[in-house]
Amino acid sequence: MNNVHLELSRVGISFPTPKGPFCALKDVDLKIKKGEFVSLIGHSGCGKSTVLNIVAGLYQASTGGVVLNGREVNEPGPERAVVFQNHSLLPWLTAYQNVELAVKRVFGRSKSRREMREWIEHNLELVQMGHALHKKPDEISGGMKQRVGIARALAMEPQVLLMDEPFGALDALTRAHLQDSLMEIQADLGNTVIMITHDVDEAVLLSDRIVMMTNGPAATVGEILDIELPRPRDRLALADNPEYNHYRSAVLRFLYEKQRKVEPIATRRGTAGSSGKSKHHAA
Amino acid sequence: MNPAIAIRQKWQHTDLGKTQWLAISRAVALPILGLLLFMGLWHIGAQQVDTSLGTFPGPVEVKQQWHNLLSEHQAENQREAAFYERQQERNEKKLAANPDADIKWRDFNRRPTFFDQIITSLITVMTGFLLATVIAIPLGICIGLSNNMYRALNPIIQIFKPVSPLAWLPLVTMVVSAVYVTDDPMFAKSFITSVVTVTLCCLWPTMVNTAVGVASIGQDLKNVSRVLRLGWLTHVKTIVLPASIPMMFTGLRLSLGIAWMVLIAAEMLAQNPGLGKFVWDEFQNGSSDSLGRICVAVLMIGFIGFLLDRALLLLQSRVNWDKNAVMR
Repeated sequence: MNNVHLELSRVGISFPTPKGPFCALKDVDLKIKKGEFVSLIGHSGCGKSTVLNIVAGLYQASTGGVVLNGREVNEPGPERAVVFQNHSLLPWLTAYQNVELAVKRVFGRSKSRREMREWIEHNLELVQMGHALHKKPDEISGGMKQRVGIARALAMEPQVLLMDEPFGALDALTRAHLQDSLMEIQADLGNTVIMITHDVDEAVLLSDRIVMMTNGPAATVGEILDIELPRPRDRLALADNPEYNHYRSAVLRFLYEKQRKVEPIATRRGTAGSSGKSKHHAA
Repeated sequence: MNPAIAIRQKWQHTDLGKTQWLAISRAVALPILGLLLFMGLWHIGAQQVDTSLGTFPGPVEVKQQWHNLLSEHQAENQREAAFYERQQERNEKKLAANPDADIKWRDFNRRPTFFDQIITSLITVMTGFLLATVIAIPLGICIGLSNNMYRALNPIIQIFKPVSPLAWLPLVTMVVSAVYVTDDPMFAKSFITSVVTVTLCCLWPTMVNTAVGVASIGQDLKNVSRVLRLGWLTHVKTIVLPASIPMMFTGLRLSLGIAWMVLIAAEMLAQNPGLGKFVWDEFQNGSSDSLGRICVAVLMIGFIGFLLDRALLLLQSRVNWDKNAVMR
């Protein structure tokens, strides 16, 4: 693949535990092009978040490494902005101030005060939060908080946008609304995005590629599915689209046949001891 | 309007008024009832206790002593004013007789009244408390941020935290006498001794609570700071300080409470000016009024302690970002 923007090569990580090192990830290989939207999907505890945290630089890989634009990633930085699962806004700052904190860090030298103010407002309007610039996180809904979190990440003009289950804590309607917003914004800005999700529909709807991960321990990339649906995508039109349903069932088959986590109750009863152990590892 | 709806609304209205009235009367009546009950028990109980200084004072005697203390204070104020007036007159006469006369101004030698002692105590406690705060908050932040710092300092904190002021006092007195030697002292030695004792005893709650508050900042917020690559100072200012304000104030309130208790004990033992000395002097004096006057001091000490706590609570509600926080 030419034109590689972000490359994970043979990334592995193990955590020390009292029983010796626990290998969470092993040999994760992934090449991502500029402007690509990649979803990571897998059962909980399979190490999706760990992959994202390594790309973000919040964790250090034990083996292998991450290369962004020809440079190895060793520490966190604003060129790899993260949208956290639970928004992680500073509760003592308003929406505007939360975005301002990031903008000041990234553009404090290159933009004037007025340019920064316009840039902050522009980004908050991009996520349709222009009406609540000066509200604190306590005063707005969960979906709105997540919007501000996305605005904060976008305002850093990151080379890669990392999203850790950004819509996981939201109700279905809000989630659909935010997914549409995200698709629009991505079509406009052409960000490279890595998104973690549990939601098969969300993955197929938003992604250019879906990376399906095997179960831990020593989780790795199981299959990669290219989604060749034309953009812009419309969730209603796609609902009856055979191609869409084909992608959907491919992901489902991977998750529930090849990487079956939930064993039939009868077999689980027979092997209660061993399943309990594997559950512990997964957690 | 449908009459049924109108009736229901009216009924709801009176219902609301009723619950409100109940709530208000509860908020006002119950505390008063508690106080009255206490006064009654005190009044009856006091009459049963005969001391070598007479019957233990009840509420009535204590009120009498309160008035006495007030009038003593006013008398002292008048004495002072009269003293300066006389001096002024004398000097003016002297000047009129001889413009080149050598004029002397003498300070009035005021006997500290109960209220003077209160002011002294308040100044001392605030100085000691502020000194402790200035030391404890930065140290607490450092301990909370760094595990190594915590491991290094924890044994020291744990050992010194439970030490009583009475144990510190002789050491502090001797050290202050030895170290604070100047010809023109800005502060009295007794003042320094009290302040240092108060500081030593009230450092710990603020330090420990600040450290716990800082250490319990969520990983998410720390990650935000790391992704933004905030510098140490910005990290502390924008994330650590606001996040630990509630715990910090819990510590500050505990510290101020301890400071006030410690101060009274220290003043009593070391004969430093202040409310503690007032109590001790009355005890040594041993007149039939002494117990009543000590009772006034006890109530005053409690009341001031309460006011100090309220003042900090007010400050917290000003500083805290979480306006919904329940504070008590």
